[in-house]
Amino acid sequence: MKPLLEVRGLSAGYGQIDVLRGLDFTVGEGEVLALLGANGAGKTSCLRALSGISRRDGEIRFDGVRIDRAAPEAIARLGIAHVPDDRGTFASLSVDENLALGAMARANDASINADRERCLDLFPRLRERRAQQAGTLSGGEQQMLAIARALMMRPRLILLDEPSFGVAPIIVRQIFDVLAEIRRSGTAMLLVEQNTALALELTDRACLLESGEIILSGSADEIGSNDGVRAAYLGH
Amino acid sequence: MEQLVTQLIDGISAGSIYACMALSVVMIYQAINHLNFAQGEMAMFSTYLAWQLLQWGLPYWVIFPAIVAASFAIGYAVERAAIHPLRGASELSHVVVFIALFSIFNSAAGFIWGFGVKSVPSPFGEGPLFEGALLGKHQAGILVVTLVLVAALWVFLRLTRVGLAMRAAAANPRSARLVGIPVERVGALGWGLASAIGAVAGMLIAPIIFLDPGMMMSVLLYGFAGAVLGGLTSPLGAVLGGLTVGIFEKLVEAYVPVVGEQLKLPIALAVIIAVLLFRPSGFLGQKIVQRV
Repeated sequence: MKPLLEVRGLSAGYGQIDVLRGLDFTVGEGEVLALLGANGAGKTSCLRALSGISRRDGEIRFDGVRIDRAAPEAIARLGIAHVPDDRGTFASLSVDENLALGAMARANDASINADRERCLDLFPRLRERRAQQAGTLSGGEQQMLAIARALMMRPRLILLDEPSFGVAPIIVRQIFDVLAEIRRSGTAMLLVEQNTALALELTDRACLLESGEIILSGSADEIGSNDGVRAAYLGH
Repeated sequence: MEQLVTQLIDGISAGSIYACMALSVVMIYQAINHLNFAQGEMAMFSTYLAWQLLQWGLPYWVIFPAIVAASFAIGYAVERAAIHPLRGASELSHVVVFIALFSIFNSAAGFIWGFGVKSVPSPFGEGPLFEGALLGKHQAGILVVTLVLVAALWVFLRLTRVGLAMRAAAANPRSARLVGIPVERVGALGWGLASAIGAVAGMLIAPIIFLDPGMMMSVLLYGFAGAVLGGLTSPLGAVLGGLTVGIFEKLVEAYVPVVGEQLKLPIALAVIIAVLLFRPSGFLGQKIVQRV
C-alpha cells in the first residue's frame, strides 16, 4: 500500500542554518506517527516544513503528489491540517469564527454546521465559549480550539505540535482522549510531543529525532522498551 | 444658541467627510493591519479621473460606478506591484513604500492635470436641503452615502465568508494560510476595496474643498483621527469617530480664540494622541486580548 505521506531527504531550517538533515519517513493512511526528541531536535521545524511555512529541501509526497514546492494554503487545501506550537489562534475573532475559518477551503454547505456541532460535542468547553473572543481562552481551551479548527478542515493528515505543552494535566487527558477518538475515525496524525509516555500511548509508530536526524524508529512498543529511550525520555 | 447649532451642523458636514475617509482607513487596516499613508493621494487621483471624465461630458452617475471600479483595479494593481514584493519585509520598509506611493500619486496628478485648483460639481445639487435648512443638499448626500457604505462594509466584513477570510488574514496571516486562505490575494482585494471607498470619499469631498493635488492632506489626517477615535477595526466606529472629530474641530475653532483657522490641523493630531493615551481601542474598536 502506498503511504499517505512520504518524506525523503528532508532538510529544513531558518535563514542559512539547517535544523533538519535529511529525514526519511512515511505516514500511512490512518496511521499515527510520533516524532519524539528533546528541545531543539528539529520536531517543530519538521512540521513547519511539511505544511510549507518554512524553507525546505527534499522530496515530500502527499497521496503521491509532490508538495515540497507548494504554498501553505495549497497544502492545506490538499488535506493537511497543521496545529502549530503557538496554537495559531485568531485572537481577535470569536470561537465560532475560528471554527468557521477551519472550513474556509470547503464548499459552503450544511456539512459545515454538522461538523461544527461534532467539534463542539468533542470539546464541550468550547460550546460554552462560542461567542467569546478566542484570545481570552485559556491555554488548554486554545489548544482545543486549534484541534477543532483542524478537524473543521476535514483533513486526511493532522500535524500536531505539542498538544500537551503548557496545558493543565487534567485538560491534557481530555485532549488526548479526543485525539484517540480522531485516530479511531481513521484520520492520520503526525504527533510531535515531549511527553514521550503520553505520545506512545496514542501512536502506532514513533521516530526519535536528535540534532535534526532520525536516530531510531520503530513501533510504539519497540521505542517504549528501548533502554536508551527509557533512560533519556521516560525517566526509568 | 443659534450659533452653536450652526457650528454643530457645520461640524457634522465636515465630519461626514472625515467619516468617509476614515472608512477607507478602516478597510485597509482590516485587510493588512497597516495604515496606508498614500490612501488620501490615491483617492485624490481617482477624483481627478472622475473630473476628467466629467470634462469629457459623461453623465455623473455613469462616471461614479466606473471610477469606483477603476479605483478598485488601481488599488489591486498597486498591491500586486508595490506591496506584494515586500512580503516578509519590516514595517519600516512598508512605511517607505507608502511614502513613495504618496509622492508618486501626488506628482502624477500634478504632472497630468496641473497643480491649479479645479471645481467639481455636486451630484446632489447646490443650496440648502430645504428652505431655511442649515444643512446643505450636498452635505446631506454625503451623510446618506456614508451610512450606506458603513452598512455595506459591516455586512461584508461580518456576514460574508470573504469578509471573514479578510479579517482572519489580518489577524493571523500564518494561521490563515494554514486553513487554506490565499492571504496575498485577500490582501490585494482589501487594497482594491479601500481604494474604491477612498474614491467615493474623494468624489464626495471635492465639491466642498475643491480639487487639487494637495486636497487630501488634511482630510486624511482627520480621517486617521476619526478612525483611531472610533477604533480601527469598526466601520461604524469610524463614522462616529469621523463625525465627532468634525464637530470637535468646528467647536474648538469657534470657541477657542487662539486656535482659529491656522491651528486647525493640530486638533486632529491632538485627538489621535489623546485616544492612544487614554483609550487605545477607541469607541467601538475591539480590545485584542491574548492569553498565553
